[in-house]
Amino acid sequence: MAQTQKSSLFSAALIGPACLGAVTKLDPRQMVKNPVMFVVEVVAAFTTLLFVRDLVSGGQDLAFTGQIILWLWFTVLFANFAEAVAEGRGKAQADSLRRTRTETTAKRLAGPAAAIGGPREDYGTVPGASLKVGDVVLVEAGDVIPSDGEVIEGIASVNEAAITGESAPVIRESGGDRSAVTGGTQVLSDWIRVRITAAAGSTFIDRMIALVEGAARQKTPNEIALNILLAGLTIVFVFAVGSIPSFAAYAGGAIPLAVLVALFVTLIPTTIGALLSAIGIAGMDRLVRFNVLAMSGRAVEAAGDVDTLLLDKTGTITLGNRQATAFRPVHGVTAEALADAAQLASLADETPEGRSIVVLAKETYGIRGRDMGSLNATFVPFTAQSRMSGIDLDGSSIRKGAVEAVIASLDSAPALVGAGAAARVLQPRLDPATAQEVRAIAEEIAKAGGTPLAVARDGQLLGVVHLKDIVKGGISERFAELRRMGIRTVMITGDNPMTAAAIAAEAGVDDFLAQATPEDKLALIRREQAQGKLVAMCGDGTNDAPALAQADVGVAMNTGTVAAREAGNMVDLDSDPTKLIEIVEIGKQLLMTRGALTTFSIANDVAKYFAIIPAMFVGLYPQLQALNVMRLASPQSAILSAIIFNALIIVALIPLALRGVSYRAVGAAALLRRNLLIYGLGGILVPFVGIKLIDLAVSALHLA
Amino acid sequence: MTLAGWIQIALFCAAVLALVKPLGLYMTRVFSGARTPLSPLLRPVERGLYRLAGIDEAHEQHWLAYAGAMLVFHAAGFVLLYAILRLQGLLPFNPADQGAVAPDLAFNTAASFVTNTNWQNYGGESTLSYLSQMLGLTHQNFLSAATGIALAVALIRGFSRASARTVGSFWVDLTRCTLYVLLPLCVVYTLFLVWQGVPQTLAPYAEATTLEGAKQTIALGPVASQVAIKMLGTNGGGFFNANAAHPFENPTAVSNFVQMVSIFALGAALTNVFGRMVGDERQGWAILAAMGVLFLAGTVVTYWAEGSGNPLLNALGLQGGNLEGKEIRFGIPGSALFAVVTTAASCGAVNAMHDAFTALGGLIPLVNMQLGEIIVGGVGAGLYGMLVFVVVAIFVAGLMVGRTPEYLGKKIEAREVKMAMLAILCLPLMMLGFTALATVLPAGLSGPANAGPHGFSEILYAFTSAAANNGSAFAGLSGNTPFYNLTLGTGMLVGRFFVIIPALAIAGALAAKKTVPASAGTFPTDGGLFVGLLVGVILIVGGLTFFPSLALGPIVEHLAGAAGQTFAAAGG
Repeated sequence: MAQTQKSSLFSAALIGPACLGAVTKLDPRQMVKNPVMFVVEVVAAFTTLLFVRDLVSGGQDLAFTGQIILWLWFTVLFANFAEAVAEGRGKAQADSLRRTRTETTAKRLAGPAAAIGGPREDYGTVPGASLKVGDVVLVEAGDVIPSDGEVIEGIASVNEAAITGESAPVIRESGGDRSAVTGGTQVLSDWIRVRITAAAGSTFIDRMIALVEGAARQKTPNEIALNILLAGLTIVFVFAVGSIPSFAAYAGGAIPLAVLVALFVTLIPTTIGALLSAIGIAGMDRLVRFNVLAMSGRAVEAAGDVDTLLLDKTGTITLGNRQATAFRPVHGVTAEALADAAQLASLADETPEGRSIVVLAKETYGIRGRDMGSLNATFVPFTAQSRMSGIDLDGSSIRKGAVEAVIASLDSAPALVGAGAAARVLQPRLDPATAQEVRAIAEEIAKAGGTPLAVARDGQLLGVVHLKDIVKGGISERFAELRRMGIRTVMITGDNPMTAAAIAAEAGVDDFLAQATPEDKLALIRREQAQGKLVAMCGDGTNDAPALAQADVGVAMNTGTVAAREAGNMVDLDSDPTKLIEIVEIGKQLLMTRGALTTFSIANDVAKYFAIIPAMFVGLYPQLQALNVMRLASPQSAILSAIIFNALIIVALIPLALRGVSYRAVGAAALLRRNLLIYGLGGILVPFVGIKLIDLAVSALHLA
Repeated sequence: MTLAGWIQIALFCAAVLALVKPLGLYMTRVFSGARTPLSPLLRPVERGLYRLAGIDEAHEQHWLAYAGAMLVFHAAGFVLLYAILRLQGLLPFNPADQGAVAPDLAFNTAASFVTNTNWQNYGGESTLSYLSQMLGLTHQNFLSAATGIALAVALIRGFSRASARTVGSFWVDLTRCTLYVLLPLCVVYTLFLVWQGVPQTLAPYAEATTLEGAKQTIALGPVASQVAIKMLGTNGGGFFNANAAHPFENPTAVSNFVQMVSIFALGAALTNVFGRMVGDERQGWAILAAMGVLFLAGTVVTYWAEGSGNPLLNALGLQGGNLEGKEIRFGIPGSALFAVVTTAASCGAVNAMHDAFTALGGLIPLVNMQLGEIIVGGVGAGLYGMLVFVVVAIFVAGLMVGRTPEYLGKKIEAREVKMAMLAILCLPLMMLGFTALATVLPAGLSGPANAGPHGFSEILYAFTSAAANNGSAFAGLSGNTPFYNLTLGTGMLVGRFFVIIPALAIAGALAAKKTVPASAGTFPTDGGLFVGLLVGVILIVGGLTFFPSLALGPIVEHLAGAAGQTFAAAGG
């Protein structure tokens, strides 16, 4: 399941079952789902019957007709093989998932024991499969969580390697956005009380298995439309080929049925018809390999169409933590003095921000770390009330915190600092000009997208530390890439508009939504959709659920709440919001592969006409030999070569169908130019070469 | 091939291109109900007509209602025309005392004119009364043309509107098109033709005595007005049997040039209407460019083939081009160009015998029609036929930019593809199906005048021309038999309405959709790449289907001719 696990396209373990699958899929009830290949099968069966009759009653060109029929069946088998290989890859993953799903027993809590705070010991042991939605169970260290559920009480570390492939345990706790637990995962420490949200057989892992196996696969809207096009083209060629016998009769001849069938089968779009479902299955499979589960194929298609991407700032665009990047002293204070004070105040501060101040002081002014004990210092921790933290040492007091909080503290009553003999009263010395200067610096920092942290020593303002949101490396390039793909990125943040604007500019997003509430998010999505745009977002909290449900592509984080997971149409098992970008690329790749092979398949017809038409009619009008531009050896070898090419090209393209056409973020015009050149023009030229080569082989082997 | 010939072709293209923008602007204003210079004069008439018919011009129709109105209107027109033809002997304006038209011929003729085909299995001057010509045929010439344009506008509205339920009002579009576009242009055009020497009279046929003293009847009639609408409305049905080759229909090289331009004028301008109404003129130019590429390719081949002449005669030392069946006042370029224009657009008027063209020269008109008359095409019909191909081209290749296909912000989904394929399917069914029938049934085989591949081409050409609603004849085929009257008539009706109704369904489906704003990720549809793609899809999806039939007709004839063989002896 892990991303690193990349099996080769055709491993030996896959080939065997796929060959078997190719044969069992010949069942007409299955074939009928694929109109083009069904038609080939019917035609093949019909000609086989006639061939058997001719074998008994004797007929002409039996060896040639036999070979044509053989290749007709190969065409159908190759198509089935492609589908079976694609499914096989999914099946292998499903099997590994199934192995993790062990038979569990559950500790069911009933009556008062089920309530929050109820007695935990009063559980009854029942089989996991018998649990119903709404049951409450106790899961303790070492237990496997029996089914999907929501933590209603307690906190535990859980090993979710079964679904994510990631062995590092994650925390699951009640109340917050990390309350969802998945059946089949194991609690490593502590205990939790879980309310079951999925009945046996419909848990997350069950759904995953169904999805990767392709059992739950339904044709997507675009696939349905494409099938209609292919069926339409097939009918066109029924007319084109069906009228030939009369035309030939007019010219005073007759065309053997096998030749007509060969022309028909080579003309109808068998290449894309054979590979269409394999492409769809492989697209879902690529997502799964990427540890993203799409709940429907429709969602994958929608991902390719996304116009607007809503990205949370924290964790996606910026690293989670802010870091100190500069010391900004007020007039009359050296930067070194400010750095010294700030470093002292942060020595005991274990927050990432505090540690980054220590690091910056060391890097810029060589101020070494000092030992708290030897300094005889007391650490003043951050509280929500004071919004400051700091340190008291040797009669000196240092505070750092939100600018207004620090200024307000200096403006207030005298304070007692130090302890024992060193204790003394500190008179605040707030100089209005200095306060003004600090405010000015703070505003400047905020405008640049940073967070200002005022530092005061012994009641005197020293300056401001510039804490900065660190935009992830390479992210602005990614956004530029998205822009070239025609996708607009919108950053969602709780920051104020000024800070948000600065970070948005630095990260290179197209727009931002500052001080965003869940309602704002929902409104933004609706606004975009009203303009006809498709919106993708990711979220994890319960309050994200409405927006996730509204978005065309809603990626729920696996760490998120049950509500979020239900609302989204994809789940990211790694809970990495950056993946939204890759999801879009995978969606585009799926659509591109489909388009490329359709174009290729239709373009192929030119060469096939030029192979078969002269061969077919040269008996009626020898002049038509001029149309044999490939100079194929004989009419029979020409027809045989065309049908062999038609069958072999399916096999040759299976890797492309499974791997997908490579996607580059270069904009639609450049992509189209490139793909039209490769699959359009290539589709016209390749069969000329291919049929010629096969013809050389066919005539060398005296097959025709 | 001469320099003068190429210059004539270049001048023709320049003249058509020059008309695209002004006519496009004018028609856009007409169909969006804006004021035009003619409004002071025509607006009261228009309003009067609506009051008379009880039409609320502000009331727009759902596509089904639009299609229903169109069908009812055509059914009524069909019945009326059929009745006039059957009863013309009893009706006035019949100085030549023409009798009733036979039922099968009347069916064929009614189908022919209602569908804007104007296939003529009769000789106008020897079969029809003035009343039949003026009331029966001319009114259909106007209305079938106006219908084509109205439907194209309805389809354009499908693309230009968003989240809309309606596609316009059939009655209003029909009235505006006739009143503001066709009538005024025809009045001016008729005067021009009269100046060029085309008769316009209700007087009986003139009697003349030749120098040898023989009596000769010279057919006359209200010719100029009929020719005007036959060209502008891409109808093509001639007043005389010889059509535009007749000196009274097309007297001079100048009238010939103007007639060719007038065939293309409205059809080409409609691409500009399309561009303007969807808010980006470049989209219209791209469509016109795709048409232009196919047109130029056809013109070059035909002019080259005709200019090079018949290889069999060349071998005998008769150098020069193929002038057989051509009017000397038009020459080879004037005839070759006319043949390409009239078959590219679904006009069908002819100023030369296509039957007498070289094999390749005759191949191009055939291919033009088999593609579905989308190279400029019949007025309106060409545009909606082309847009059907655009839907298919976008759907096939649009996926390659990694989005579900969309055109002008409209997503192309299952419904649009289904309708587009239906429209595309009906042409090969009619063209190839009936040809297959005619080439094995004795009733069909009695038709062609020639044996071998050329006879095959004659049959193929007839059904192709009928289903494509072109109406030009290869000549050489005796079409006035019950078999051909009925099969050709059916081909015309299916070829018209089984394209129109799916096209309207597409319009309705598109109008209801939201318009996705364009971005860098959107499939670009206004550049050369798109034009090339569209041409490729038209040739491969629309054209290759006919390759076997072409191989057995004109292609084998060409190859045999080049090798010095004929088929005259083969079948007698």
